[in-house]
Amino acid sequence: MAVTLPAERPRVDASSATLHAVAGKRARRARGLMAALFLAPTVLGITLFTLIPIVASIVLAFFQWDIISPPKFVGVDNFVAIGTDPTVRVAFLNTFGFVVVAVALQLAVALGLAVLVQSKMPGWLRGFFRSALFFPLILSAASVSLMMAFLFNQDFGLVNQVLSLVNLPAVPWLTSAGGATVVVVLVYVWQNFGFSFLLFVGGLASIPRDVYEASSIDGITGWSQFRHITLPLLSPTVLVASVMAIISALQIFDQPYVLTRGGPGDSTRTAVMVIFESAFQQLQFGKASAIGIVLTLIIMGVTALQFRLSRRFVFYQ
Amino acid sequence: MTTTTTVPRTPLRPTTVPARRRRVLPGPSTIARVVVLAVATFLTLGPVLWTLWIAVTPKAAGGGGGGFSLSAFSEVFSKVDMVLLVWNSALVTGLCAVGQMFTAALAGYVFARVEFRGSRALFGIVLATMMVPLQVTIVPVFMLIRGMGLSDTLLALILPAIPTAFGTFLMRQYFLGLPAELAEAAAIDGAGPFRTFRSVYAPLAMPGLAIVGILAFNFHWNEFFRPLILTISEQNFTLPLGLVTLQGNLGTGSVATVLAGVVLSMIPALVVFFFGQRPLREGLTAGTSK
Repeated sequence: MAVTLPAERPRVDASSATLHAVAGKRARRARGLMAALFLAPTVLGITLFTLIPIVASIVLAFFQWDIISPPKFVGVDNFVAIGTDPTVRVAFLNTFGFVVVAVALQLAVALGLAVLVQSKMPGWLRGFFRSALFFPLILSAASVSLMMAFLFNQDFGLVNQVLSLVNLPAVPWLTSAGGATVVVVLVYVWQNFGFSFLLFVGGLASIPRDVYEASSIDGITGWSQFRHITLPLLSPTVLVASVMAIISALQIFDQPYVLTRGGPGDSTRTAVMVIFESAFQQLQFGKASAIGIVLTLIIMGVTALQFRLSRRFVFYQ
Repeated sequence: MTTTTTVPRTPLRPTTVPARRRRVLPGPSTIARVVVLAVATFLTLGPVLWTLWIAVTPKAAGGGGGGFSLSAFSEVFSKVDMVLLVWNSALVTGLCAVGQMFTAALAGYVFARVEFRGSRALFGIVLATMMVPLQVTIVPVFMLIRGMGLSDTLLALILPAIPTAFGTFLMRQYFLGLPAELAEAAAIDGAGPFRTFRSVYAPLAMPGLAIVGILAFNFHWNEFFRPLILTISEQNFTLPLGLVTLQGNLGTGSVATVLAGVVLSMIPALVVFFFGQRPLREGLTAGTSK
């Protein structure tokens, strides 16, 4: 054994070197073929179903088109309509207001619960809370909204039943502008806080324990520990969670569509809802495209802001 | 003597004694924290449990509170073609998930392991499309589907959902995490690039593929916006759309019936929750950290 090994080794090396030279060319050609074949479904698919539609959408935004008659060039009229058409304007204002309130609530709830769940407690209890709190995230927004529509029903919903137990009058949750807005925010936050919660739990878990031990020895505990130790170290996660929450909230559709169809009046109409209505109910495809592009630009703006802010404010270790 | 006894006493007493007591009995602050979390959990699971309760205790006048009965479940099957809705949803969801796993594995592998000119730029473009919201492309996609003669078919939902920028990104990251030496070893053994992928890397990438598959399953089982636009006749509806339509038709007359449908629609999500929670959690938070 000890004699044959050194004798064999150089032979293997030599043959593999010549093999490499011959096989190298063939392997390179095979790799090129592989790249082309393997990328084809994804690249062609994304080109066909995302890239071309974006370009088409941009072009369409400058036309008036109802599918039936030929498209008519209208310049920036569709974009101007976003500001002047009262329904579209209200929908955008609703969406902005919704984003501010829902995202603030979602982040506050998620951060608070994440801090609690990561504090000292038995492992099985932590696991239970973590799973239970992220559960609504995996449900269908449409099914959840159906469920919540009954929960907030004025006559027999659970919420008003509970209110009547403490002698409070029944609230017309879904039939008043204020009530419907509150319900849409609550239902959305109920279902989506779990996502921010998961991010915060991950972020908190990655903060080294010795930082807390060191600060406790220095007498920094409780709120001041949260304010001066946890929050700065968590700032990258807070930024990512905020941006993702904003982007997702800007696109809200399922909840108000199922709960209220945008009503009463226009009180819960959102930007995506007017895209849907303009295109598929009023057959104003150009207008729908213009609204979609403005929404995309806002989303890209938020993403760009994330990069700028992360350079200025976020504390990286 | 005096120094040796007093020096250890002052720093030791205050730290060790309460620490040991805290380990035995939960302190008041721990109990308060658990109570807050329990209330939050109650508010999170409560509505789902209430839904289940109404669905199994239907009352003729609507609402719940009657005796235990599964009549709402048989009612929902008679009011709407539940079998067809579930079949449509399962078909769309299954094919989207399998299709995404397949295309993402192939493209992710090439972006991770095969060098070619323009690879980075191409990957950048794929990545950038993740930022494009569905709603801005839906009008042209609708036109495209019409042009392809696929409007009001299940293929209209499946075909555009198969290429996945996010899945490709995830699989690329996954393949990058696997050791490159495996490819060298396979090459020495005489395996070509296709064989290396099929026999060495693809089997190792199964956990990553599971993440892509579970996320796709969860997303498409629950999705509402695209089916609402791309399907027209009820025979092509998916489950969420069918249930929303059912509620519109019944009004609030038979709450339990609709809620029974809602409960049934949650079953696959529950299965994913209990058996695929870890990959789901990993997938949901992937791409947010480097």
